[in-house]
Amino acid sequence: MMILYSTILTATAPAEPTGVLAPIVIVGGLGLIFGLILAFAAKVFEIKVDPRVDTICGALPGANCGACGLPGCAGYADAIVHEGVPLTRCAPGGAALAKKLAEIMGSEAGDVVKQIAVIHCSSGGYKNTNWKYAYEGIESCKSAVNIAGGPNTCGWGCIGYNDCQNACTFDAITVDQHGMRCIDLEKCTGCGACVRACPRGLIMLVPINRNVYIRCSSKDKGVLAKQVCGSMHSCIGCGICAKKCPVQTITVENNLARIDYSKCINCGVCATHCPTQAIEDQLSGARQIARVIPGKCIGCTICARYCPVSAISGEVKQLHMVDPEKCVGCQICLKKCPKNAIEMA
Amino acid sequence: MGYVGEIFVMAMTAIFINNFVLAKFLGLCPYLGVSKKLDSAFGMGMAVIFVMTLASAITFLIRSYLLLEYELGYLQTIAFILTIAALVQFVEMVIQKNAPALYKSLGVFLPLITTNCAVLGVAILNTEAKLSSGSDYRFIDAVLNGFFSGIGFTVVLLAMAGIRERLELVDIPKSMRGMPIALILAGIMALAFYGFMGFKI
Repeated sequence: MMILYSTILTATAPAEPTGVLAPIVIVGGLGLIFGLILAFAAKVFEIKVDPRVDTICGALPGANCGACGLPGCAGYADAIVHEGVPLTRCAPGGAALAKKLAEIMGSEAGDVVKQIAVIHCSSGGYKNTNWKYAYEGIESCKSAVNIAGGPNTCGWGCIGYNDCQNACTFDAITVDQHGMRCIDLEKCTGCGACVRACPRGLIMLVPINRNVYIRCSSKDKGVLAKQVCGSMHSCIGCGICAKKCPVQTITVENNLARIDYSKCINCGVCATHCPTQAIEDQLSGARQIARVIPGKCIGCTICARYCPVSAISGEVKQLHMVDPEKCVGCQICLKKCPKNAIEMA
Repeated sequence: MGYVGEIFVMAMTAIFINNFVLAKFLGLCPYLGVSKKLDSAFGMGMAVIFVMTLASAITFLIRSYLLLEYELGYLQTIAFILTIAALVQFVEMVIQKNAPALYKSLGVFLPLITTNCAVLGVAILNTEAKLSSGSDYRFIDAVLNGFFSGIGFTVVLLAMAGIRERLELVDIPKSMRGMPIALILAGIMALAFYGFMGFKI
């Protein structure tokens, strides 16, 4: 036993001529010196960071989508604290985040209505697109539009190479079985990445509480627009929607109707009158009309004054009536009635 | 061959013939991770050149004046790791304080380099490398070798990033997109660089 032990000792011993102290001192000393230098440097080169920047950075979604117009979430956090950039610029975070940021900064948040992306074209799928030629280049809309004005006959419409889908960092855009792009309202944050990605400029941001969309962007003259459109639902610029709109928020310019969503009351009247069905009304059929609750109405005439289609009639201090034929279900009277005497049914 | 020729040989060897990434397979993590965009690849490359040059200098001094003095050559790996980690931390602090613009472009990549094996690789290989005359590297040789190795890394990283940026637009089978095609690409690049090994300089 003793002999075996001593042979192991002699086999390992010559490798350390300087003993065990020197390596410990040197490596330990190196560590100690580096540690001291770093500790010292941390003091000397200390940079004072406003703690609010970190807090805000943590509260932001962290998607770095660029909707705020600043380089990433960290850039926005920095700009909020140091440059006084408004708190409402973060599209993914929306109103809830603006409120949270206001708490951190100790200030008031403005009103934010969440916006979503809407594709203003009903074409672009496998079956509802007319092709001029077969495009076999790089699979990108940006590339395709550069060759003879794009492969589809309509020079304004969707080509369907999904640049918008690729630009979306929130997986909000999917392609359905017909090859059409669908935007998931839950996932869409309104960051505008797809708006910038679409070379035809078909995507626009619309407040989420507006449900009437003009699904066409063709500025061709009526006849031509109808001929080249693969989905047959092109805007021909006839102006009927503009005339029928109770709040005059639709304008026709260059053979194309556009809704100004700041004034739109979501009534859907334009959609029902559009001869080519280019206007999509998502609430069609689901819209309820107003009804006055007899016991509560005091006859103040406020609702009648605000009704955009003059569907409410009634003298002062008399029970008011809603004409169900005229009512478009915009719910303005519901919000304006001081006595909550109007219900939707 | 004069000293200029010696430097030329060293540069060619470090950049093309014995490239760190493609011939020695060191530093593969940033090679695949940071090569998606050209500008971030460039930032990473600059940071690696910077750190490799500094690390070569410091580790050479530590080895010759601390470790070899006390015959502690076997401790070089642990001592070098310690040195490089501390050095990168220190450099990061200095840059952050004195050159915020440089920190913003390099800053993200500096902590990544702390554990980059290519940096440790250049420090260790410096201890074994020989000049054409057969003598060991001197201080200036070690620093130059570190610098050229960093350039070799950057060249390959930039080439990879350039190709991968173009690959984004190519119609690749779905299962091959992303990492699979990048790995195949890395293999083909390594084969191409293998051709340089035939050079006799």
